[in-house]
Amino acid sequence: MSTGAQTIRFVSRAARRRWREWLIEKFICLNAIGAIALIVLIFVFVAREAYPVLLSAAVHEEVTLEKLFLAQSYGTPEAPLAYVWQPVSAVPKYSLMPLLLGTLKVTLVAMLLAAPSAILAAIYTTEFASPWLREAIKPVVELLAGIPSVVLGFFALVVLASWLQGLFDFDFRLNAVNAGVAMGLAVIPIIYTISEDALTAVPRSYRNAAYALGASRGQTAWRVVLPAALPGVFAGVVLGFGRAVGETMIVLMASGNAAITSWNFAESVRTLSATIAAELAEVVFGSPHYHVLFFIGTLLFTMTFVLNWLGSRMVGNLRRRLNGVDR
Amino acid sequence: MKKRALVFLLVLLLGASLLPAQQRNITVKGSDTMVILGQRWAEVYMQKNPGISIQVTGGGSGTGIAALINGTTDIAESSRPMKEKEKADAKAKRGKDVLELPVAVDGLAVYVHEMNPVNELSLQQLKAIYTGGVKNWKEVGGRDERILLYSRENNSGTYLYFKEHVLENADFYPTAQTLPGTAAVINAVARDPRGIGYGGIAYGKGIKHLCVKSDATTPAVEPSMENVLSARYPISRYLYWYFAGQPAGDLRAFTGWVLSQEGQAVVEKVGYYPLPDRVRAEALAKLNAGESRKARASR
Repeated sequence: MSTGAQTIRFVSRAARRRWREWLIEKFICLNAIGAIALIVLIFVFVAREAYPVLLSAAVHEEVTLEKLFLAQSYGTPEAPLAYVWQPVSAVPKYSLMPLLLGTLKVTLVAMLLAAPSAILAAIYTTEFASPWLREAIKPVVELLAGIPSVVLGFFALVVLASWLQGLFDFDFRLNAVNAGVAMGLAVIPIIYTISEDALTAVPRSYRNAAYALGASRGQTAWRVVLPAALPGVFAGVVLGFGRAVGETMIVLMASGNAAITSWNFAESVRTLSATIAAELAEVVFGSPHYHVLFFIGTLLFTMTFVLNWLGSRMVGNLRRRLNGVDR
Repeated sequence: MKKRALVFLLVLLLGASLLPAQQRNITVKGSDTMVILGQRWAEVYMQKNPGISIQVTGGGSGTGIAALINGTTDIAESSRPMKEKEKADAKAKRGKDVLELPVAVDGLAVYVHEMNPVNELSLQQLKAIYTGGVKNWKEVGGRDERILLYSRENNSGTYLYFKEHVLENADFYPTAQTLPGTAAVINAVARDPRGIGYGGIAYGKGIKHLCVKSDATTPAVEPSMENVLSARYPISRYLYWYFAGQPAGDLRAFTGWVLSQEGQAVVEKVGYYPLPDRVRAEALAKLNAGESRKARASR
């Protein structure tokens, strides 16, 4: 009698537990789907506001894809201008070329500064530094990630710009190099953290094998550990690139925001993200200008998406190749 | 638990939306040029009239006007006249005619670095400089150096005013660096011996104001109070307040005070220019027109 009651109790307890387990699992699953749905919805919203640039006849009176990307004959006959961003004008001009070029210039400077220094710092902390030094460097570099970009932007605007101008004698005090260096500071912790994780994940046995063959510490780090961790390091660089393309506050404050079409890095630049930040608050709802700004948003979104996708694909390929070599 | 939290939140939201009505709140939003002026007015008026709360925020003339059209502000501050299309939008959305009142006078100063030997420019020269026709200070009597242009973002009333009145609606040259506020322009010019910028006279500290000539033959005029008020200085403008319909109650009282001798004294302290007496009388008449109409109707 009593054992029967006990069994029932056990069964019901087990059933309740299973029920609870199921509930928790579904709840977590719902959260995961929610995150994906949110991203999809954001993209749908941005794209919906952007599509009139492609299809609406009313918008086409002012701006077409041709005007966004191809050379136009603006300016005076003596001083023709092919690419102009002047959305508030008697004849609005919406060439995206100066903005794309500006984004590219700043991002290049940032990556040239951040990628080598962050990767070398990661190699140093994992392979050479003594444990206590490692414990000191790691949190400090990661602290860089915690600095709000407004603060970095302000620092670049007030201190860095004067310093760089004194050093290189730039015409423009606020320019692509200045914004790029400040952005590099924001990107370093991203590349560093991911590279450092990848290097740490390389099995001890690799290093031991290298030492057994008579390799020095430097040779081990450079020829064995770094190649093995390369996929992770590469992922860090790609993610850093994505962050740099989308970064807004630093470029808004430190780049001068002049939409100039040139490859001169000493000139002021206007980036895609800074243009959205500076102009969206004011623009007339539903106007061609408004739709073009959302078009830029879609462009940025797609760019970072493709970058991340490409990055992870390359990482996968590299890893497969490395594993093949290992076997 | 969740439900209770939700109800609590709802009550809080409801309370937050009801409270300001009891506290007699006035919101003022718009031109970045006018933020300091609006805040000084609000401070002095709130000291005299406890129980009224006035919130002043910036964002640009266009932002303030958009807020007025959408009904999220009581007063829109603007450093440019409202466009006809915006007035029509406001009428369509709010169902009331927009009331426009000038509240102060501002001159746009042209700044250069204090070490720059150039002291005066004509409007034509300014236009040539900002549209890329003149690129070296030598061509306007300065040193043999490149001219670096500083401008404002295209959401500012200052940008539009300069574009209309100095550039005659031509486009700024692409190398013009756009900065987020007059203070930023002054800061940039103060650090750049080759730079030129423009903005409100009130902000002019640590740099040199140029004297401006209407054309090559007229004498250069300094942006001083008498010259701006007498309209001898060629780049001056009115600063406006906009309302949806005739203001009433506290809003009317506050506006009336701003247009009084006392309110206009604040204008001078902040560094702008008070309205000429004739304009002030007209503005007061416009403000009171609604009152007398209502009084007549109730009689």
